[in-house]
Amino acid sequence: MSAPEGEIVQFDNVGLRYGTEREILSNVSFTLFSSRFYFLTGASGAGKTSLLRLLYLAQRPSRGAIRMFGTDVITLPREKLPAYRRRMGVVFQDFRLVGHLSAFDNVALPLRVSGVREADLRGPVEDMLEWVGLAQRADARPATLSGGEQQRVAIARAVIGRPDILVADEPTGNVDPEMALKLLRLFEALNRLGTTVVVATHDVQLLRKVPDSLIMRLDKGTLADPTGALRYPPRRDGVRM
Amino acid sequence: MKKPPVVTRAVERGLSPFRGQRAAHVLPRARLGGPMPWVIAIMVALTVIAAGGGLALGNLADRARGDLAGSATVQIVEADDRDRERQAASAVTLLLNEPVVTEVRRVPPEEVEALIEPWLGSGTASEAVPIPALIDLRLRTDASEQALQVLSDRLVEVAPDARIDAQSDWLAPVLGALSSLKWMAFALIALLSFTGAAAVWLAARNALGSNRDTIEIVHLLGGSDNQIARIFQRSILLDALVGGLLGLLVGGLGVWLLGAQFAALDSALVAGGGLAAVDWLVLVTVPLVAMGIAVYTARMTVLSSLRRML
Repeated sequence: MSAPEGEIVQFDNVGLRYGTEREILSNVSFTLFSSRFYFLTGASGAGKTSLLRLLYLAQRPSRGAIRMFGTDVITLPREKLPAYRRRMGVVFQDFRLVGHLSAFDNVALPLRVSGVREADLRGPVEDMLEWVGLAQRADARPATLSGGEQQRVAIARAVIGRPDILVADEPTGNVDPEMALKLLRLFEALNRLGTTVVVATHDVQLLRKVPDSLIMRLDKGTLADPTGALRYPPRRDGVRM
Repeated sequence: MKKPPVVTRAVERGLSPFRGQRAAHVLPRARLGGPMPWVIAIMVALTVIAAGGGLALGNLADRARGDLAGSATVQIVEADDRDRERQAASAVTLLLNEPVVTEVRRVPPEEVEALIEPWLGSGTASEAVPIPALIDLRLRTDASEQALQVLSDRLVEVAPDARIDAQSDWLAPVLGALSSLKWMAFALIALLSFTGAAAVWLAARNALGSNRDTIEIVHLLGGSDNQIARIFQRSILLDALVGGLLGLLVGGLGVWLLGAQFAALDSALVAGGGLAAVDWLVLVTVPLVAMGIAVYTARMTVLSSLRRML
């Protein structure tokens, strides 16, 4: 069954628990639409990273249903998951760059995994590194890059394959305010090209900087007001900022 | 802010090959490396030696069985020289006319003395100890035990001190032992194959553990289990290739040297235990089989471990 027009992700009463512990996420339900910009906010430990892990298919939920691009990904055989992951770009909180690869090779990795020929990937990767201002550091290993530079390599890697969804976990957490704003502009530029962007952050100041964004707020593992949260500015009676 | 570069949507999103050097580059430590080529080399060398031994023993047993199946020896045990010679001559005359006998050869006394020389010394043997007269027979291949018994009865009529021995009877325990050794060699090969597979299994699990973070990233970027498994397969294939060739060289040299040493014994029995061209061809396939086992084991190990990750 295909998704209604514009709906690319649906979470329906999703719950997540590890072992016999209490649920980290409870009754999470929301819908993401294509070409929209979402913020996922909440205090530390609210479950933002867990929700994102479900979103970028690093984990299966304990209960509930998740549909992506019209497909139930919970019951999908694992050999079919890579095709869905290739439609997403992920910026991890800790960057997760491959330490022994250069910035160029890290950015090229999604294209190589997708089977793009070397001759065809060189140009796009160089363009992407130039876009994030790292053309001169293409040969540098992650360990020799600053936090901000690593963050930009991680972003370049996430967007090089022109994903349908970009998921970023605290992408501005390790950079100064000026760089944070710059990164946010990168996401906006990508969003204008049609990519759905989901940014998890606990920095409420950041939310105001993308006027057209929608906000989801997690509180102790539940979406505080899913309906109200998906508006900007947030409703006074729905989401407290 | 500049617009982001437009990476063509034509970028393949299907499951395309991610293999070879550039894939291996992503997981350099997946190279099982270290002792693995040496472990495989030792396994292959031992397997080649065991297989060479097993094949040689098989050839030896087959050759001996074939030679002895239609052979018999007549001994005339008589202390008196003249009586012994008379009986031997009568026996030869009788045997030459027997339809079941195809070939008769009176073993010359010098040859008999040479046979017993290692035990009794030279020259004095025939004077000090009466030596039986020996007659070698080649029998028709379909000569049964019953026919042999009939022949024995007739022989005793013309040469009362004659005794006929089918050579296959007295060599049967030896042939049985050779056969056991051959099967033991093949059991050893099976054991070595199992041990080699276990070594690859351990090494693959170790390599998986040390590359877990990178593998997870490749997974999350859309890499499939097969793509990751292929990186490990390629790595172990290279190790197995190097180790296999080295092992074949060492094992083959060992088999050749052993063969040369046995050949130098100049023993009629051992001479049948050489390796034929087809046997050497079998030995050459040992590293190929080892490579197959190693690659298959690595693939199964990696895939089964990856299945535990999402």
